[in-house]
Amino acid sequence: MYSCSDLKKGLKLLIDGDPHVIVQFDFSKPGKGQALYRCKLRNMITGALFDRTYRSGESFEPASLEERDMQYLYQDETGYVFMDQKSYEQVVLSEETLGDDKYFLIDNMEVDILMYGDTGIGITLPNFVNLRVTQSDPWVKGDTAAGNNKPATVETGYTLQVPSFVEEGTLIQIDTRTGEYATRVKE
Amino acid sequence: MEPNWQLARKRPVLEKRARIVQAIRAFFIDQDFLEIETPQRIPANAPEFHIDAVPSGDWFLQTSPELAMKRLLAAGYGNIFQISHCWRDGERGSRHLPEYSMLEWYRPGCDYHRLMDDCEALLEALTDSNKLVYQDNEIDLSRPWPRLSVHQAFSLYADCTVEESLAAGRFDEVISLQIEPQLPADRPTLLTEYPASQASLARLKPENPTVAERFELYIAGMELANAFSELVDCKEQSERFSSEERLRRAAGKAGYPAATRFLNELPNMPQAAGIALGIDRLVMLLSGCNSIDEVIAFTPELL
Repeated sequence: MYSCSDLKKGLKLLIDGDPHVIVQFDFSKPGKGQALYRCKLRNMITGALFDRTYRSGESFEPASLEERDMQYLYQDETGYVFMDQKSYEQVVLSEETLGDDKYFLIDNMEVDILMYGDTGIGITLPNFVNLRVTQSDPWVKGDTAAGNNKPATVETGYTLQVPSFVEEGTLIQIDTRTGEYATRVKE
Repeated sequence: MEPNWQLARKRPVLEKRARIVQAIRAFFIDQDFLEIETPQRIPANAPEFHIDAVPSGDWFLQTSPELAMKRLLAAGYGNIFQISHCWRDGERGSRHLPEYSMLEWYRPGCDYHRLMDDCEALLEALTDSNKLVYQDNEIDLSRPWPRLSVHQAFSLYADCTVEESLAAGRFDEVISLQIEPQLPADRPTLLTEYPASQASLARLKPENPTVAERFELYIAGMELANAFSELVDCKEQSERFSSEERLRRAAGKAGYPAATRFLNELPNMPQAAGIALGIDRLVMLLSGCNSIDEVIAFTPELL
């Protein structure tokens, strides 16, 4: 069982018999008052989104679902297609199910697909992916402060903040759990 | 390995933070407050049902410097302030850190109304004007700030009365989920007169003992400060501590040793008013940051 202190974005819970994933999480508490754990949950079967607030002392059943090693193949009009490397069985995940994770998929990447029966309902990405910067404003001469940042777009269309020394064409590592820039990749 | 950019990029906010902290010090020193430092590792905190201390050996990290500062008042110190770290176990969110910076100040011979004036003057000193822009929203800081009693706030914004919420154990929930989001966005709010049961260390209002002389300062929907006219009745304080302790133990929470020296010295404490203000949230407000993570160098997750 999970307690309130385990709640965080990405945690999967069984609620009323269905697996749910926490898609947004915040802790709030009046200074002297009771803690509230505010979650936006997605029903992983129906896709329904809803808000729920929990209080300290409540407990939760983990959603234990089968995860299968799969390879990402391609995207087409049906969605994002993955293949089980042992059985060659294919599974399609919708754009909605993937959310921002769709930006971190690279052809032939190995991922864990969360299964509910024969249906793929979620994905676990590697913690870091390498993606190439396709658009970013040039470095401004004289800008030497190490902490300066600017927006950049990578090959999958994802936009994030990067240090000002990152140029177009640079391969960068992104933390898929936070969506943030981690480091440049030496090539 | 390239330099840690996640840290490096925080420099502008941390520079702003340093200027804010320096300006806070100047604000109090100019008014002849004495800046003090009290130990952060202590044998006992004030027992509060909803605040969990972090153990440190046989002792605890402070959840607030309140008891030590009141012992100084009892020893005859005048106006005092302190900027220190406080720890509250399990508190982590976009406006919460388990270790955070607190500003506390105390004024003997005053009640909580004087602290409302202080809050107004402090913000004026820190902004050099009577307005502030936070998240594209302009906030008018001109004095006096609106005072709203908890009862008024419930009748304006909540789906129940204060009494109903207390009976159902939903008081804090209604404040957080219904009232906070609906407080005026363009003005600070001083939310005052909390129910007596919600103020373990505050004096009750002599003309209406069902409420305590306590207020919370909200700006942009964010709880910034908590203040009261301090309770100096040793017997009553001791009973309230015991009742909080009973609540904690009944809920299966860790019990705390009694704050004996504080209680023994409390009869010497003059009537006073005291307030705690979260520095990290104040920096968020003054630098336009949406998350507390942006205003400190290291979150616990980055250590």
